[in-house]
Amino acid sequence: MSVAPVELTRPETDEQTGVDRPWLTIVWNDPVNLMDYVTYVFQRVFGYSKPKAEKLMLDVHHKGKAVVAAGARESMERNAETLHGYGLWATVSHEA
Amino acid sequence: MSGFRASSGGVTARFAKPEAIVIRDLVTQVIELVAGDDAEPAAGAGPRPASPGGTPGIPDAAELEAMVGLGAEADLPDDPVLARLLPDAYREDPEAAREFRRFTESGLRSAKVAAARTLLATLPPGGGKVRLSAEQAEQWLRTLNDVRLALGVRLGVTDDFDALSDSVPPGDPRYAYVQIYQWLAYVQGSLVAALS
Repeated sequence: MSVAPVELTRPETDEQTGVDRPWLTIVWNDPVNLMDYVTYVFQRVFGYSKPKAEKLMLDVHHKGKAVVAAGARESMERNAETLHGYGLWATVSHEA
Repeated sequence: MSGFRASSGGVTARFAKPEAIVIRDLVTQVIELVAGDDAEPAAGAGPRPASPGGTPGIPDAAELEAMVGLGAEADLPDDPVLARLLPDAYREDPEAAREFRRFTESGLRSAKVAAARTLLATLPPGGGKVRLSAEQAEQWLRTLNDVRLALGVRLGVTDDFDALSDSVPPGDPRYAYVQIYQWLAYVQGSLVAALS
């Protein structure tokens, strides 16, 4: 059983400067894309293990979206472009 | 067909003629939709005439854009299918979404068209055995998914597919497409399994 997540308070300075706040690649739920296909794409694009890819896929399916990668803006945009090539509904965001 | 199977160095499947006809027809429609104005002129169409008023030997803006791969269109396409195939990369920043689209949409369209053409080149019009390399199988996967996205948008598919399926009786013009949509999910699913 997992423990309930602890709410962390983000330091004010971080919010103000944006320093070290990573960009995110987000994948949104879609009624058409097959679950096995989405898992396959996460493994192929990010090199994730099958369990990790499946967990992300289920997050997308059940929660409506999932953060699939975090890092520099340029690489998050490359991710989105690659995922659009596979027909996944991906966006880039700077929000938590 | 009985689904894709892994084989040495790739995957194989066998398609009946009507199955091949249906897939090829839908893939051709996706190509026409995605290629849009950027479609390459057919072979033998001859060189492009010089644009009126342009300086001979100097490419005009459209030719330059084509050369460097920057699309002129910066907004989400009006057609809901195109909007799903070429989605915005920023949900709450229209300016960033436009900028992203300017730099990526042309390449994304080309990649989708190239993948779709790979499918057409490897699926005999009369049906029969299809043998794909891993790379060709990947192009098939993307294209089958694009076709299903297009059908899904046109049919109004939601998470409750059974409700849609139940609401479309035989005789409804959408009935055949609901069946095809489900069958394509089976084909694509078997291809994912064969590649995994």
